[in-house]
Amino acid sequence: MQDILFYIFAYLALQFGFLVVANPFSRNPVTSAMFLVLTIASLAGLFVLLHAFFLAAVQVLVYAGAVMVLFLFVIMLLDLRAEERERLRTFEVVAGLISAGAILFIFLATLVHSPPGIQQSPTAEGGTIALGRLLFSHYLLPFEIVSVLLLVAMVGVVLLSKKNLK
Amino acid sequence: MTLTEGMDQVFVLLKHWLVGLAGPHWQPLLSDLISVAALIATFATLFAVTTLLERKGLGRMQNRFGPNRVGPCGVLQPLADGVKALIKEDIVPSGADKVMHFFAPLVLVVPVFLALAVIPVGRNMAALDLDSGVLFFFAVGAATELSVFMAGWSSRNKYSLLGAMRAVAQMISYEVPLILSAIAVIMIAGSLSTVEIVKAQAGYSGVIPHWYVLTPWGFAAFILFMIAAMAESNRAPFDLPEGESEIIAGYYTEYSGFKFALFFLGEYVGMFAVSGMAVTLFLGGWHAPFSFLTWVPSWLWFFAKLIALICVFIWVRGTLPRLRLDQLMNFAWKFMLPMALLDMLAAGLWHFIPAVSARWLVCSALVLGAYAMLARGLIQGRKVAKRTYQYAE
Repeated sequence: MQDILFYIFAYLALQFGFLVVANPFSRNPVTSAMFLVLTIASLAGLFVLLHAFFLAAVQVLVYAGAVMVLFLFVIMLLDLRAEERERLRTFEVVAGLISAGAILFIFLATLVHSPPGIQQSPTAEGGTIALGRLLFSHYLLPFEIVSVLLLVAMVGVVLLSKKNLK
Repeated sequence: MTLTEGMDQVFVLLKHWLVGLAGPHWQPLLSDLISVAALIATFATLFAVTTLLERKGLGRMQNRFGPNRVGPCGVLQPLADGVKALIKEDIVPSGADKVMHFFAPLVLVVPVFLALAVIPVGRNMAALDLDSGVLFFFAVGAATELSVFMAGWSSRNKYSLLGAMRAVAQMISYEVPLILSAIAVIMIAGSLSTVEIVKAQAGYSGVIPHWYVLTPWGFAAFILFMIAAMAESNRAPFDLPEGESEIIAGYYTEYSGFKFALFFLGEYVGMFAVSGMAVTLFLGGWHAPFSFLTWVPSWLWFFAKLIALICVFIWVRGTLPRLRLDQLMNFAWKFMLPMALLDMLAAGLWHFIPAVSARWLVCSALVLGAYAMLARGLIQGRKVAKRTYQYAE
């Protein structure tokens, strides 16, 4: 049962992810964004299968909810046709390849270092509490750095949206 | 087992008996199905009752009768409305994105029913007891924003789009204080599970219950939660997204027939869900309000509190005029958000100050001081003077 569900969710995540970037039926950015929502929902399903309920809920709450709606907002307010015509620039391709390669490297490094075989999956009970304790003890510095990053983004937005910059 | 205990657990026992009839292999599935069916049936019925209550109540507040033609005193009006919605023609605009137009009402209705699953409607009566139940509630609630956007965008109508933009801006702004005010309770209860939060509010001092609403920080959080809940369910005075005098009906302008009824259903069930969450977080869930009333079945208390909160929703709708968009945003970001943050601070102090009188004093002072300062900040720079009329004197 678990395995079947895993393959279903994994297939859906890959399929929808493909449709986000290369949809043969429509070049509309809003359609891509809606497929991104479905991709995120499938990923949340995968998290549930790993007993990471907290992560699944946060994934849906933050990404499928607030962040996606803001994406759609921005897409709606921009001129869509200009976006469709734009060609890929070399710089963007290189930057994209570098970031994709970096993420792939992190994944591979983690996979190589993790011991093979089936491990006891963590139980649902206390998952949230354990995660909170880890975030505020062992991973305190990265956690705080990420929050400073968010603060910087927020200050930047406030600064940019001011009408008269002095 | 005494009679009161039996009455308290009557639905639980009924479910156990029904599940027991099936073979052992099918029991988990059957148990889930019964819970889901019971939830949908109960809250759909409550939806019908509430529409009637609202129309009658609003009618009384506005010096009119409300519906009084169908059945005795108009009590069959919801039935007539349902039949009307079912037999009306379903019109889809020719320029619409048909797939998204079709899915928008479903994306609203399915998550709001899912949100109801984590709310304990009585002792041992939570359909889904999750470790992070409150988080699950807010996570599925976030999907309603997507539905509003889908409806507004796919209709290919400028009024729909304007309504959707207003709705999304409003819902994102008010989601922040909604969740932050719930965090105060989570901090004190030390759990994200709705069942645990209700359990933390058990017990009585004399006849007074240990509900969170009866503490200074809890009272402030409850008021903030209710205001944010009104904004989240797009109800007056926060009904700008469907302001009929400006943008026809907002994001569901292009919906008719049963799809429109689904939006209506989604809005009301969303209101039940968020009121049920307010009952769970602040009003002690299914616990009796006084220690001498504990013999009344727990589910009765839950629904009594739920209906009381729904009456507050109706009362506010009949009382306050609609806000302007800038007032709405100022209120969310300049008053609700800092107030919710200071309230979290008050909850933290409440947890760490040992003496009862000291913590009452400190927390009350903090909450009242924050309220006074923020309210003054909100009306500052605004001319509050007697209005002068040019021609109407």
